[in-house]
Amino acid sequence: MRLEPITNPSLARSLGPPAVAVVATIVIASLLAMVAGANPFSVLGLIIKGAFGSQFAALETLNRATPLIFTGLAIAVAFKAKFWNIGAEAQLYAGALITVVLGTGALPWSSVALIPTLMVGAVIAGAVVLLVPAILKTRFGVDEVVTTLLFNFIFLLFISMLLEGPLKDPMGMGWPKSARVLSEARLPRIVDGLRLHWGFGLAILCAVVVWLVQTRSTLGYEMRAVGLNREAAAFAGIPVNTVLVKTALLSGGLAALAGFSEVAGLKGSLTLDLSPGFGYTGIIVAMLALLNPLGVIVSALFVAGIFVGADSMSRAAGVPTYLADMMLATSLLLMVLAIMLTRFRVVRD
Amino acid sequence: MKHASDVVLRLDAITKRFGKLVANDAISLSLRRGEVVALLGENGAGKTTLMNILFGQYTADAGSVEVFGQTLPPGNSRAALDAGVGMVHQHFTLADNLTVLENITLGVQSLLGLRVKKAETSLKIRELSDEFRLKVDPDARVGSLSVGERQRVEILKALYRDVEILILDEPTAVLTPQEADDLFATLRIAIANGLSIIFISHKLHEVMAISDRVAVLRHGKLVAEVDVADTDKTALSGLMMGVEAKAPDIAVAKPGKTLFSLQKVCTPNIKSMPGLRDVTLELKAGQIIGLAGVSGNGQAALADVVGGMRMPSQGVLMLGGETLAQWSPRKAVQSGIARIPEDRHKTGTIADFDLTENAILEGYNSTPFSRSGWMNWSKARRFTSDIIDKYDVRCPGPDTRIRLLSGGNMQKLILGRVLEAEPQIVLANQPVRGLDIGAVNYVHGQLLAARDRGAAVLLISEDLYEIMGLSDVIHVIAGGRLSPGFVRGSMTPSQLGIWMAGQGFEQSDLDGEVAHAS
Repeated sequence: MRLEPITNPSLARSLGPPAVAVVATIVIASLLAMVAGANPFSVLGLIIKGAFGSQFAALETLNRATPLIFTGLAIAVAFKAKFWNIGAEAQLYAGALITVVLGTGALPWSSVALIPTLMVGAVIAGAVVLLVPAILKTRFGVDEVVTTLLFNFIFLLFISMLLEGPLKDPMGMGWPKSARVLSEARLPRIVDGLRLHWGFGLAILCAVVVWLVQTRSTLGYEMRAVGLNREAAAFAGIPVNTVLVKTALLSGGLAALAGFSEVAGLKGSLTLDLSPGFGYTGIIVAMLALLNPLGVIVSALFVAGIFVGADSMSRAAGVPTYLADMMLATSLLLMVLAIMLTRFRVVRD
Repeated sequence: MKHASDVVLRLDAITKRFGKLVANDAISLSLRRGEVVALLGENGAGKTTLMNILFGQYTADAGSVEVFGQTLPPGNSRAALDAGVGMVHQHFTLADNLTVLENITLGVQSLLGLRVKKAETSLKIRELSDEFRLKVDPDARVGSLSVGERQRVEILKALYRDVEILILDEPTAVLTPQEADDLFATLRIAIANGLSIIFISHKLHEVMAISDRVAVLRHGKLVAEVDVADTDKTALSGLMMGVEAKAPDIAVAKPGKTLFSLQKVCTPNIKSMPGLRDVTLELKAGQIIGLAGVSGNGQAALADVVGGMRMPSQGVLMLGGETLAQWSPRKAVQSGIARIPEDRHKTGTIADFDLTENAILEGYNSTPFSRSGWMNWSKARRFTSDIIDKYDVRCPGPDTRIRLLSGGNMQKLILGRVLEAEPQIVLANQPVRGLDIGAVNYVHGQLLAARDRGAAVLLISEDLYEIMGLSDVIHVIAGGRLSPGFVRGSMTPSQLGIWMAGQGFEQSDLDGEVAHAS
């Protein structure tokens, strides 16, 4: 057996495999739930109900999707240029760190001045964190997969050190958490009384801006060219290394906004469990979206829906919450396979 | 001693087509016991296709393969191996993390039995390596070996399987001259032991040194089969390049002023590709300079230097009257150098970009395609549509992905991209390789038109006929050195062949400046 590329896929070929993958994900998820002891036919309903069945559930899903949109965009931007940023987790914490460093009283300003300052500060912090691997790669050819991945651990330990030391909240009863940010630093809610903050609005705005940059700007054209064929891009005069560094700055900045938005919009302070792996899940979000910035919104909602819905389902059906992770992994694997099948056909020799 | 009648391998009227291209046109070839036959030809002449048919990777459209009198079933990749034919590929097929011994026995013995037979196997490998003077440690890990040693492992692998016919694809491309000599010594022992060898190469001196007979392929046809004793390098290079047709009559242009020049330029060797050695060259307005030579003699380095991909390590580049302190692809584009790259698939275009995105690949960051950081796609699309009309690019439209186009249409889009702004300097590197005759004539017409409106054209080609047909002045490149310029019609193909074989340079070094031979 071998794979043969399809030069001009038909509509059925483009949509068929992903649709089958969605159905197969549901079937496998139901089987997993059955193994765990739940009624397989009620599982899907419980997940949908848990994710979107009530106003509270839907807002919870949107809140959960917010950091995923940021990290998903960060990955999508980087991967499009074939810059493998696996370190969105570290960049997220860098954004969160700046938010608490500047937002807990260092800058006694009004919201109008403080919030944009924290945002810009977070973006710069995330960009700087990714700048180091980018320079190592372009200057010395150091593999960015290794540097960005390992930097996640270093940075998390660094945060841990700060939370046990200088950033530790004196009123925190000894818990390793930072002081809460000023109320002027908090992102307001989109609708009064509903638990959804403007971080979500910012995420949607970023997705649109990134999409415009990729499709309409000169930089976006350069990034796509570098991603598709570095040799041809270099021959044509595109400054490949400069483009990679710019890509890294953009990617790191976007990931850092996830940290800013989680602290300023939701949690109010920095703890070591601020992110349950949003930086890594962002890779899944970006891959499911085929690296399309607008698609990232949809896939982030899908992934957040599975997390929130499966959480609620597991409580209702009395099965372990790990089911959510397994479903997500299943959906990703099947979707990657489906995407491959939209581009290649299997030929039997 | 040779047994003249003892034919071990016979290829009979092999024909293979890929679309319009005839890669092998009724090629018949036979190999006798204890004989070395060299398969000589330029890149794309059909050598690799022929060997792929022998090994069942491709099925021939017509013809048959016979080994020791038995016809091989077409399309069966094990048949040739089982019949005792071994091949050493240009790119090795070894597992880096296994030892030499493991690599050699891989696929021959059951891995479960290996432990038991290890001593015995090791002994056989040592015997073979002594006998054939292939010095290599059976217990060394392949990843730690040099390229030359890896090649010895490949040969041992074939010998271990008791092959009687050995095919070597460009075996010296990766070797130092010293290693190449060792290889030849091994091959002579192999012949003495009754093996038969097909030696694929485009290096004339090696072919002369090792083989008994030479089969020359050109454009898919077997153009000659000669005994080495009856020929010489010059004759072979003529056969390989093909100069039987007469050059078309093109008025010799009167050259204008020098637009671009290289003065005593050197570049370092990169891997097995030679760099430039003291190359001095002037590109003049209204003149086509042809660069003739056997491939791999510095053409790539010269193209890189002119095209902005490489800065010389020594020597001076001059654009107009100015010395270039910095040089890059973008500078070359901005200086009005039209660059037609050698590989239109890998460096000329981005396969998954559409025609529009490919058409603006060099000009995307300047007006009218880009203003203050944002693209103007409607202008880009209009530019592309104009190129499609003007340069006759056959395609569904500017939004088609370029990978769906034929080579000829892809090349026309590249021509449009680089020639539309009427550049003063044109660098055409193998501009017609792999194109059908219609596209070839079109590309040549465009190059002549560029010359006639006053551009300086540098044409690099391995096809001597193409060079002689189009160039006002011909330089020959060999081993990174450039011959003096010969004006149109002053040299015969065989005279150029002498230069291409690397002779005559010492003479000109003594003479000094450009000599117009007559």
